[in-house]
Amino acid sequence: MEPLEIAGRLKDKFPFEVLEVKSFRDQVFVSVKREKILEICRYLYEEPDLCMNFLSDLCGVDYPERKHRFEVVYNLYSLKYNHRVLLKAQVPQDDPSINSVVAVWNGANWHEREACDMYGIVFNGHPDLRRILMPDDWDGFPQRKDYPLRGKEGAEYRGFEETKELHAHDKEWNIV
Amino acid sequence: MNDFDNGRIATTDLTLNLGPQHPATHGVLRLVLDLDGETIVKCTPYVGYLHRGVEKLAEHRNFLQILPLTDRLDYISSMANNIGYCVAVEKLFGIEVPERTQFIRTLTAEMTRISNHLLWLATHALDIGAMTVFLYCFREREKILDLFEKLCGARLTVSYPRIGGLKNDVEPQWLDELYRFTDEFPMRVEQYETLIDKNRIWLKRTKGIGVISAEDAINWGMSGPVLRGSGVPYDVRKTMPYGAYDKVKWEVPTGKNGDIYDRYRVRMDEFRQSNSIIRQCIDKLPEGPIMADAPKFTLPAKDRVLSDMEHLIHHFVLITKGPQTAPEGEVYSATEVPKGELGFYFVSDGTGKPYRMRIRSPSFVHVSALPKLCEGELVADVIANIGSIDIVLGECDR
Repeated sequence: MEPLEIAGRLKDKFPFEVLEVKSFRDQVFVSVKREKILEICRYLYEEPDLCMNFLSDLCGVDYPERKHRFEVVYNLYSLKYNHRVLLKAQVPQDDPSINSVVAVWNGANWHEREACDMYGIVFNGHPDLRRILMPDDWDGFPQRKDYPLRGKEGAEYRGFEETKELHAHDKEWNIV
Repeated sequence: MNDFDNGRIATTDLTLNLGPQHPATHGVLRLVLDLDGETIVKCTPYVGYLHRGVEKLAEHRNFLQILPLTDRLDYISSMANNIGYCVAVEKLFGIEVPERTQFIRTLTAEMTRISNHLLWLATHALDIGAMTVFLYCFREREKILDLFEKLCGARLTVSYPRIGGLKNDVEPQWLDELYRFTDEFPMRVEQYETLIDKNRIWLKRTKGIGVISAEDAINWGMSGPVLRGSGVPYDVRKTMPYGAYDKVKWEVPTGKNGDIYDRYRVRMDEFRQSNSIIRQCIDKLPEGPIMADAPKFTLPAKDRVLSDMEHLIHHFVLITKGPQTAPEGEVYSATEVPKGELGFYFVSDGTGKPYRMRIRSPSFVHVSALPKLCEGELVADVIANIGSIDIVLGECDR
C-alpha cells in the first residue's frame, strides 16, 4: 500500500487525532495527538491489510520553540507488505508524558527507555522505565537542546557518590 | 543455604553479576542474572558503559564531520556504517551517486560483511570452546584488512566513502588481488565447516538453544541474521535496494528453527553469498566518475581544485565551514550492515548541521531481546546466546 494511502486510512479512522500529513523524499510523516497513540498503534498493527508488525525505531526530538516541545517518532514498517510510515506524536513540555506502546511491540521497550533517558519523556504503562545509557544518578536530560554539549569548568560528572572521595585530590594534582 | 527443613535442603536464588569486564560479553555488556541452580530465572542487561553521545555530538558537527564518528559505532564493520551514513545523507540531499561508486560500495560492504562474520565466528566458537576456528578465521580476516589498508590506508576505521562518492578510485591490481581472495575463500569456508559442523560439542551447544520464533523476533524488532535465522527473509538489501544490490544475483539465506545453530548457518551461507556478490561486482564494474556532481555538498576532485577557481572555492568552503545549506525535511534511511538493519533518521532544519540525528542500531535492539533468549536456559547458554546475536557495544551505546 502506498504510504499516503495509509495516512488517509488513519485520517478516516481517527479524524480528530491526525494533525498533519507531510511527505518528503517518498516517505510519509503523520503528526498525531498523543492521547490515543496506543489505539492508533494497535490499529496499524492489527489491521490485516496494514500489518505494521515491525517497529524499526522509536525516538524523541526536541523543538524548544514549539508549543508542543517534544515529538516522539514511531518508525513503523510492515514486513508483509513492505511499506513504511512515520508517526509523530506531539508531547508538551509541562506534562511530558505519553502512553507506552510496549504492549504492541516488545521492541519499543528500550527505545522508550532511551527517549526517557535523553529527553525526560515519561512513557505511561512502561514495564521498567529507568535510565538506560546514562548513569542512574545523572541530573538532566542530555539530548535536550538547552543541555550544553560540554559542561561548565569543573562541573562534569565525577563518578558515583561512593567514589567521589577518590577524586578529592584531583585539583591539587592537576588531573581535572 | 545450609538450613535443613524436613530433610530437604532449602535453597535460595542466587544473583550473579556478569561483566562489564568479561571477555565473553563481547565488550562492556553487564548482565545481572538471577539463578535457580543453573537455570536463569531473570536476566537484566545493563548497557551504556560505552556511551559517547554520538547523537548529541552530531548536532554540533556539519554533515562532512560526522562521517568519522560513524566508524566508531560498529568498529569491526566500519565500512558498512560509513556507507549507511552516506546513503542516508545522499537521500536527504537528493544526490544521485555514479554507478561505479555504487558497485565499489557494494563490493567493499560485502568485504566488511565477510570480515565481520569471520570475527563473529572466531569469537563465538572460542566462547563455546573451539579454539582452532579462531586462528583459521583470523588468517582470512587479516587478508581483508590488508586489502582495506591498500585501498584507503586504514584497516579498521576506514572512512573510505564520502557523501556523494568515495575517497579514491580502486586500482586494477587491487581488484586482481581481491579476485584471487574470492577464488579461494569458498574453500576456506568449507574448512571452517569441517572443523565445527559435525563436532558433537558444537551441535549440543547450539541446536535447540536460544530459540526465538519468527513472530517474537519480529515483535522484538530484530533484524539481520538473527531474524533470518528464525525463517523471516527480511533483508534491507532486497526490500529497499541501495548500491548495486539490485544489479547482481544473490539470495537471502534463512533458517528454520530460530536457534543458535540456524543463526550460525545463516551467517555461513552469507559468506558464500557475499563472496559471489564481490565477484559479480568486479566483473560488472563500470567505468566512470566516482564522485557525484553536487558541488555544494560533495568535495570536488583534487585535480579540478588545483586548476579551477570555482572548484577551489567550493573545496575551501566545504573544508573550512562545511555544507552551508541542506534541504529542510526529515529522512529515514536503512541499510543492511552485517549485524542487521542500521537506520539513520535525520531531521534537517536547512542549516549545514543535522537538527537531530538518530541512529537505529541493530545491536541495541538485539541486546534488549537477550532476556527473551536466555530466560529458562542454563548459565553456559548465556555466553552462546550473546555470541549468536553478534553485538558490538560501541554501536549499542553509541
